Amino acid sequence: MKILVPIAKVPDTTSRIAFIDNNTKFNPDGVTFIMNPTDEWYAVVRAIELKEKQGGEVVVIHIGLADSDSVIRKALALGADRAIRVDADPTDAYFVAAQIAAQAKEGAFDLIITGKETIDYNSFEVGGMIAELLDWPAVAQVSKLEIENGVATLKREVEGGTETVEVKLPMVVGAEKDMAIARIPNMKGIMSAKGKPVAVVPATDDVKLTVIANYALPDKAKQIKYISPDNVGELVRLLHEEAKVI
Amino acid sequence: MAVLSFVEIADGKIKKASVEAAYYGSKVAESLGTESVAVVLGTADAATLATLGEVGVKKVLHANDARFNNFDSKLYTKLIAEAATTAGAKVIVASFNPNGKLVSSRLSVRLKAGYVPGAVELPVFTGNELVVKKNVYSGKAAAHYKVATDVKIISVNPNSLSPVRTAGATAAVEAFAPSVADSDFTIVVKSVDKITGTIPLTEAELVVSAGRGLKGPENWGMIEELAKEMGAATACSRPVSDVDWRPHHEHVGQTGLTIRPNLYIAIGISGAIQHLAGVNGSKVIVVINTDSEAPFFKAADYGIVGDAFQVVPKLIEEYKKFKAAH
Ligand SMILES: Cc1cc2nc3c(=O)[nH]c(=O)nc-3n(C[C@H](O)[C@H](O)[C@H](O)COP(=O)(O)OP(=O)(O)OC[C@H]3O[C@@H](n4cnc5c(N)ncnc54)[C@H](O)[C@@H]3O)c2cc1C
Repeated sequence: MKILVPIAKVPDTTSRIAFIDNNTKFNPDGVTFIMNPTDEWYAVVRAIELKEKQGGEVVVIHIGLADSDSVIRKALALGADRAIRVDADPTDAYFVAAQIAAQAKEGAFDLIITGKETIDYNSFEVGGMIAELLDWPAVAQVSKLEIENGVATLKREVEGGTETVEVKLPMVVGAEKDMAIARIPNMKGIMSAKGKPVAVVPATDDVKLTVIANYALPDKAKQIKYISPDNVGELVRLLHEEAKVI
Repeated sequence: MAVLSFVEIADGKIKKASVEAAYYGSKVAESLGTESVAVVLGTADAATLATLGEVGVKKVLHANDARFNNFDSKLYTKLIAEAATTAGAKVIVASFNPNGKLVSSRLSVRLKAGYVPGAVELPVFTGNELVVKKNVYSGKAAAHYKVATDVKIISVNPNSLSPVRTAGATAAVEAFAPSVADSDFTIVVKSVDKITGTIPLTEAELVVSAGRGLKGPENWGMIEELAKEMGAATACSRPVSDVDWRPHHEHVGQTGLTIRPNLYIAIGISGAIQHLAGVNGSKVIVVINTDSEAPFFKAADYGIVGDAFQVVPKLIEEYKKFKAAH
């Protein structure tokens, strides 16, 4: 089985968020970039677990410039066999999905596993877009994934519970927590990652469907109102009369 | 021309998130001087669907077919695209909930339509161009997305706007019979495991959440009681579910669920950035914590510096009084 896992590069959760160029660009100064957490913890690791169990190949794909090397190496150190880097700035979800779909077609993959959402744009767009470009089924919010005889058995979260569903491969899976147990690369993995191939390819086309006109930081820090622990009734009154949420 | 909203049914009722999407669609239709149309897939009661009129929907395209009852992103995308053609939709609106996200992104490809995921405000149109705001960096900033494609898709962040209802207004429910083949069905549902008797966390308007400050699972009685009184769902921080004080499906945050209720009450939770990432989209946040320096107070609207074991029982009493008086 051939599994493709798209990985994104995002600012670490604790980063200070700031913008430059008239609020049109993210300011990377002093920011640590990491592999998107759900891509790493669930998608990459589950792909590797499946390979360990039933053989095959795990390929990670990243759309980004040369400075993404550390993110790609980490995926390889975790156990991915090789990587593809599409040498382009990932500015639009459709553009990113189109690059991944093109590589997926060429590599004849059986399964694509994506993370839940990236912690920068918080969108969960790319997985669905890849599936539509390839005309494949897609299931998101998946907390369990098993493959047998070309059929995936998945547990997906639905409002108020879970459903177990079956889907014929090839397909796109959006991973959620519980799908795999996060791993830390070991020394052997880190050493072998250095020798694993990273193919750098150009973007296939340049179609973009959206533009981010500008960014904005929240107007101001929230103004908190303190209520005395001896006057809890005041909280109830404020929630009703001022905040109007009860 | 029209604005089409994708409306979902769960347990015979219109999902709250879908009511918001339909309302959003109606507001967009109003600003474009066109009609608000909704599409519903699967069995549903026509009288229930007609109530979408209260949030401005004029017409509901209803594919009343039990084969569409289970969410299947590939199938749904095809059906909604057909509904969009039938309605002549220039803007498609869905909820930024799990199913809405998946169909919106697929529709974006299918219709070559620019898609804005998780809008928090109504869009502004200038000629054929639309600009709308969404949150990015886990709520630490916002971005204005610009879309100029012929068809445009927006998914609406839950709890971003409160639907204004016109009581008694009804939508016309029309049968919608899309063309489907067996090969369009890609998902077979084997079993369903619903957590009954509780409000699903992602749909809840009010959430009472507690963390390690509660010291042990035996102390959750008062949390459950408060939630029950308020008709709220319960949630927890990650360490609490990690040690099995609470079930895993209650865990919110970067590695758990992302929720955006109207009211989030955080009790004995420090407010680590990974926890905030899952809840800072909530409309109003109340923090109850013994430590006045707890980071959560920086993200709160109302705060009580105090001991949960004293404050929560008082809050239950006060809420009961409030309920009796209203
Ligand atoms: C990669 C990563 C991902 C993570 N993902 C998540 C996630 O998704 N969700 C999540 O929640 N966490 C997550 N965490 C953990 C997070 O960093 C915090 O450790 C966690 O949220 C703390 O939980 P807590 O607030 O319940 O406990 P603590 O940090 O121990 O806080 C307990 C709080 O209770 C207060 N308290 C004590 N006694 C009382 C009392 N009697 N009355 C009132 N208040 C009292 C204390 O003052 C303190 O503020 C993640 C961490 C990492 C590194």
